[in-house]
Amino acid sequence: MSKPIVEAREIHKHFGHLHVLKGVDLEVAERELVFVIGPSGSGKSTLLRCLNRLEEPSSGSVVVDGIDMLDPRTDINHARQRIGMVFQSFNLYPHMTALGNVTLALRKVAGKSRAEADALGLAALQRVGLADRAGHTPGQLSGGQQQRVAIARAIALEPRVMLFDEPTSALDPELVGSVLEVMRDLRQSGMTMIVVSHEMGFARNAADRVMFMDDGLIVEQGPPAAIFENPTQERTRAFIGQIQRH
Amino acid sequence: MSTWDRFVETFFNAKVMVKYLPDILSGMVVTIELAVLIVLSGLLAGLVLALLRALAIRPLNWLIIFVVDLFRSLPPLVIIVLIYFGLPAAGVSPSGFVSTWLSLAFVLMAFSEEIFWAGITSIPKGQWEASRSTGLSFGQTLINVVLPQALRLTIPPLTNRTIAITKGTALGTVVAVTEILGQASSAVSNSYNPSPLMMGAAAYLVLFLPVVVAARWVETKFAWKR
Amino acid sequence: MIETFFNPEIIAAIWPIVLAGLLNTVLLSLIVVPLGLLGGLILALLATVHHPLVRWPLMAWVDFFRAFPPLVLLVLLFAGLPFAGLELGGFACVAIAFFLNTGAYYGEILRAGIESVPAGQVEAGRSTGLSRLQAMTYIVLPQAVRNVLPDLMSNTLEVVKLTSLGSVVAVPELLFQARQAQSLTYNATPIVLAAIIYFLLLWPMVRLLSRLENRALASRR
Ligand SMILES: Nc1ncnc2c1ncn2[C@@H]1O[C@H](COP(=O)(O)OP(=O)(O)OP(=O)(O)O)[C@@H](O)[C@H]1O
Ligand SMILES: [Mg+2]
Repeated sequence: MSKPIVEAREIHKHFGHLHVLKGVDLEVAERELVFVIGPSGSGKSTLLRCLNRLEEPSSGSVVVDGIDMLDPRTDINHARQRIGMVFQSFNLYPHMTALGNVTLALRKVAGKSRAEADALGLAALQRVGLADRAGHTPGQLSGGQQQRVAIARAIALEPRVMLFDEPTSALDPELVGSVLEVMRDLRQSGMTMIVVSHEMGFARNAADRVMFMDDGLIVEQGPPAAIFENPTQERTRAFIGQIQRH
Repeated sequence: MSTWDRFVETFFNAKVMVKYLPDILSGMVVTIELAVLIVLSGLLAGLVLALLRALAIRPLNWLIIFVVDLFRSLPPLVIIVLIYFGLPAAGVSPSGFVSTWLSLAFVLMAFSEEIFWAGITSIPKGQWEASRSTGLSFGQTLINVVLPQALRLTIPPLTNRTIAITKGTALGTVVAVTEILGQASSAVSNSYNPSPLMMGAAAYLVLFLPVVVAARWVETKFAWKR
Repeated sequence: MIETFFNPEIIAAIWPIVLAGLLNTVLLSLIVVPLGLLGGLILALLATVHHPLVRWPLMAWVDFFRAFPPLVLLVLLFAGLPFAGLELGGFACVAIAFFLNTGAYYGEILRAGIESVPAGQVEAGRSTGLSRLQAMTYIVLPQAVRNVLPDLMSNTLEVVKLTSLGSVVAVPELLFQARQAQSLTYNATPIVLAAIIYFLLLWPMVRLLSRLENRALASRR
């Protein structure tokens, strides 16, 4: 394994009395696609959000692309440009066009001129197959299209790592494919990706590694085939049996 | 003379009206000046307070909430009287115009802060998170992502409230501001005829009715659709 | 400073005057709020008639009073009507002006409330044999009022504050009495005292409202 691009050590997270992450270690190599699965409430989203510090870990360390994310001297806004994030509920800005959504951070954070930002934004929309929708507002787009715009918003900043938090679970089944298609393209282009999702088919043929989380800990991890066919832990087996029945 | 003629002679007396028209017109100018000052300074101050409140600095927020509550609780006329008759005792003597302007601007500030703040807090957390995840700072997110959505949401309640408060310029009469009602009242006592009052009433309608009708239109236009 | 703004001796001397004003403000509110609500209810019920001959005049009526400053209305009644041989006195003028002015505001609020109740509610009621009026009284209005309760309360707060206009036409309410006391003592203390009383009287309502309004706006999305 090459040198890790994401390195999280001993992450703990408390919400008041609730101990949500109980010492998670996570290493992700460059170009690797890691899948995170686990029951609801196990801390998957919290883990992702600790990586770009949308959530402040209670203790532990997070280093992404050589930057210590938890160091108070780190320019967090600059660092976050290198870490793209895609949300379950898209979170597109409803008052802006697709292109406006994609170019906002290019202009305000990366300091591009409007013309430069528009060119880069259009290229990003092109990559997700939506260049022709650049002038549409989120309300005029389907859920699948909205999520692809959200992906374009993240990749336009040329991040080193992409975090996906259940990117397809708010979509109608017939729209899921188009989003997975874009994610597969991204993987092919060599993007490092951490994906929380229960799309088992996608995990099986795209993931390098699958991690099973339960109760704030990584219980088991390995290649998809191993985790899905021969889990060593009883909890993993039970969970996989449960989601495969659906 | 028929009753009707006598009625017209009394309430719409042409001679009196012609004589006092210039007074009423100059009153309209004062009313417009007051209204514009109140709307601009009141809304701006309200917005600034709402943005300061977003910084979530505890003692500052308590202060903001108290000031807002204070100016929502006190009748505007009481504030005007307090500033005009009270402040001189402290060595400052604001004119009636300034007293009315300040009072109503404070009231509009309080109401608009409340509305702006409600708008800001009603924007879902996901909008903040999406923006912050792409590297925008707190301030950039507030200005570029949250505020545009919040403002749209606040336009209908804000227009209604702004009209209701701006109409209060008539209260300036009590502290000798020569706005429409002041001019009309003194014309009535000089001419012993109520026609100037009718002109004054018409002047208010000329100024405010278009705004009210526009507000109706704005209300339907900006009803929030996603 | 305290001497001029909150002089204990002056408070001791004038508190009965100010207290009498407070009593009148409360009484005045107890009269004009129901009066305004009545005016509003009439307008809102008229608005359920969707005929253009009712709709347009009604809208014009409401917009007229939304544009017309209540003080101007009051002065018009108080200083204008005597020229027509009709001398009503300050109190009656306040009552009429409030019936007209605040009635228009209450009317808009109640109309919005009635429109927020789904048509199926009336149909369900009528299908069980209720008359139109009964359906309105027992089914629509209770829901309508509940849906716009924050707006009704907010307007009521404004009405109570507006009673201070009575001072302009010599109705002896709180502000009028305070100004009388002020002219007797040449001191700002009575007005400050009145302001404090208004604040203590209305603050709890403002607090409650700001909570309700925050929730209402948030749920509009
Ligand atoms: N801001 C917060 N405040 C308090 N508790 C929180 C907060 N965010 C998450 N939690 C709690 O932390 C636990 C883990 O939440 P998290 O969202 O990480 O789970 P998850 O594995 O992503 O679940 P799901 O599959 O439902 O998305 C849950 O019990 C949740 O209620
Ligand atoms: Mg989650």
